[in-house]
Amino acid sequence: MTLITGLTIFVLAIFIGFEIITKVPPTLHTPLMSGSNAISGITLVGAVLAAGHPGWQTQVLGFLAVVFATINAVGGFMVTHRMLSMFKRR
Amino acid sequence: MLNFAYFIMPLVLLAQASDPGDKSASPSPSPSAVKTSAEGVESTDGVPGTDSVQSADDAKNIGDAADEADAKGWFSQDAINIAYLIAAVLFIRGMKGLTHPRTAVRGNMMAGVGMLVAVFFALGTGGLSYTVIFFGLAVGGVLGAYKAVKVEMTDMPEMVALFNGFGGVGSVFVAGAAMMYESVSMQGSIATALSGFIGAVTLTGSLVAYAKLKGIKWVPDGQIIPAQKMVNALLVLAAVALSWWLTTSAGTGASPYFAYWLIVLVACVLGILLTTPIGGADMPVVIALLNSYSGLAACATGFVINNNVLIIAGSLVGASGLILCGIMCKAMNRSLKNVIFAKLGPTADTPDAEEVYKTVKTSSPEEVAILFDSAQKAVIVPGYGLAVSQAQHAVRDLSNLLESRGCHVDFAVHPVAGRMPGHMNVLLAEANIDYDRLREMDDINPEMEQYDVALVIGANDVVNPVARTDPNSPIAGMPIIDVDKCRTVVVVKRSLSPGFAGIPNPLFAAENTLMMFGDGKKAILELIAAIKEG
Repeated sequence: MTLITGLTIFVLAIFIGFEIITKVPPTLHTPLMSGSNAISGITLVGAVLAAGHPGWQTQVLGFLAVVFATINAVGGFMVTHRMLSMFKRR
Repeated sequence: MLNFAYFIMPLVLLAQASDPGDKSASPSPSPSAVKTSAEGVESTDGVPGTDSVQSADDAKNIGDAADEADAKGWFSQDAINIAYLIAAVLFIRGMKGLTHPRTAVRGNMMAGVGMLVAVFFALGTGGLSYTVIFFGLAVGGVLGAYKAVKVEMTDMPEMVALFNGFGGVGSVFVAGAAMMYESVSMQGSIATALSGFIGAVTLTGSLVAYAKLKGIKWVPDGQIIPAQKMVNALLVLAAVALSWWLTTSAGTGASPYFAYWLIVLVACVLGILLTTPIGGADMPVVIALLNSYSGLAACATGFVINNNVLIIAGSLVGASGLILCGIMCKAMNRSLKNVIFAKLGPTADTPDAEEVYKTVKTSSPEEVAILFDSAQKAVIVPGYGLAVSQAQHAVRDLSNLLESRGCHVDFAVHPVAGRMPGHMNVLLAEANIDYDRLREMDDINPEMEQYDVALVIGANDVVNPVARTDPNSPIAGMPIIDVDKCRTVVVVKRSLSPGFAGIPNPLFAAENTLMMFGDGKKAILELIAAIKEG
């Protein structure tokens, strides 16, 4: 992947983000934060690749990265789910 | 902005096509994998670590069955990339679901499925050894799930702050590890430096924010060293110089590693120094900003390891945090620069508190109960004090009681009430208050005159009419909830101590205001008892 392709994806994704998120109502701002926080746990993909790579240094760093990113992703999605299930209409 | 809709359309169409409302129609190369993943998310009560292990078993079966699978990995690189694309689409669709409370639960699940798909296919990359990975997944999964189940809703700001930090440090470690095996390139080196820098600032900034929200005493507050802003500027320069060193020395022995971890160290110090001077009421902005950083760090890591799904997911989060940050700043009529670098405080011509509060009227629950007896419409304005005293359930009971006696109750929520965006909404939702009852500031302000009683619970600056009347006040021009326009205002507050802006609030001494001093929850419970007796 060239730098230009990466930048193109980056810029377009930023614009999609802006388009969607400006429509999120203030009521859901906290779940939006915890949910997007969970999405930033996507570093887990990188962490998995690092932790599985041979060499003890990469495995140590990779292991720590996997732990933190998993906490982020699992904890984030679960707590968001917990919060969102409270937003009910009576 | 609209023109960009054209660029986005193809992606959106793709997103529509993969609507998981109909999971069988999902354009996944291996629908069974997606299905198992979906079940994993739905059973959020279980321990996620075991889910991953199960998925791994399933994956082996799929891997055996797939004819085109790479000899080394379970999937071909093309299949993995398509899975990443699907994950990215699921993230986008998931965030779109968050635009309405009705679709939000499903949206969050879609994003969760996206994460499972991405990780699952990453596991299928060839040449990985799994012991360390699964051990890490299990540890992280258990810790994350435990925290998510245990956390009190009032503690959400702390939790989000902490998790932002974890996202940041994850990126630091990934970029640090990737340096050791990714091929050397200019792009990679710059991205590595950025990853380390943003990630480390996010980590320590979030930890300081967490400590502030938790009220941990030993963590320093305010200006902790002389000329802090100057030092910050020097630290940024140092990080730039180190990044230059990293980039130019890439591939030559130990120096790039040395440079990288120095950048991380410098950024760690910078994160602390940037966050300590920022006050408690500005926390919504800081948390939103750190949220954005955690996304941008993931994005930079995506450039390091050449991975699209990291770039897309990271920039979505980056955009989300920035937007929230903007909304919060607007709701305080301050610029981001002002929030981060300036401190609010009384100015020379701020009136003396004793002078302002000369005509304060203190009231009893009985007196306020009589007031509510004759009220047709009431509005409740929650502030941080409601969260502190955990009064949300008592407030729900009060609102139900009033409704049963024929008084219509609305809630007016200021965007920066509490310690994070939407903090009050979550607390009131936890207490089962219908989200239709929660009215936004701009929406309810024009109708304020129609309310007989406004009940302000633990809020101060967000209802201070000085913001409208005194152009020299530090909060001049900040949008407020115009409770002073209601017929009667009842303020539940512990004392007359000033709010974050450090200025007196003439609302408390206004002719139509009654003060009920005391802890929020206790005062509301007393009020409920008084109404029932009366």
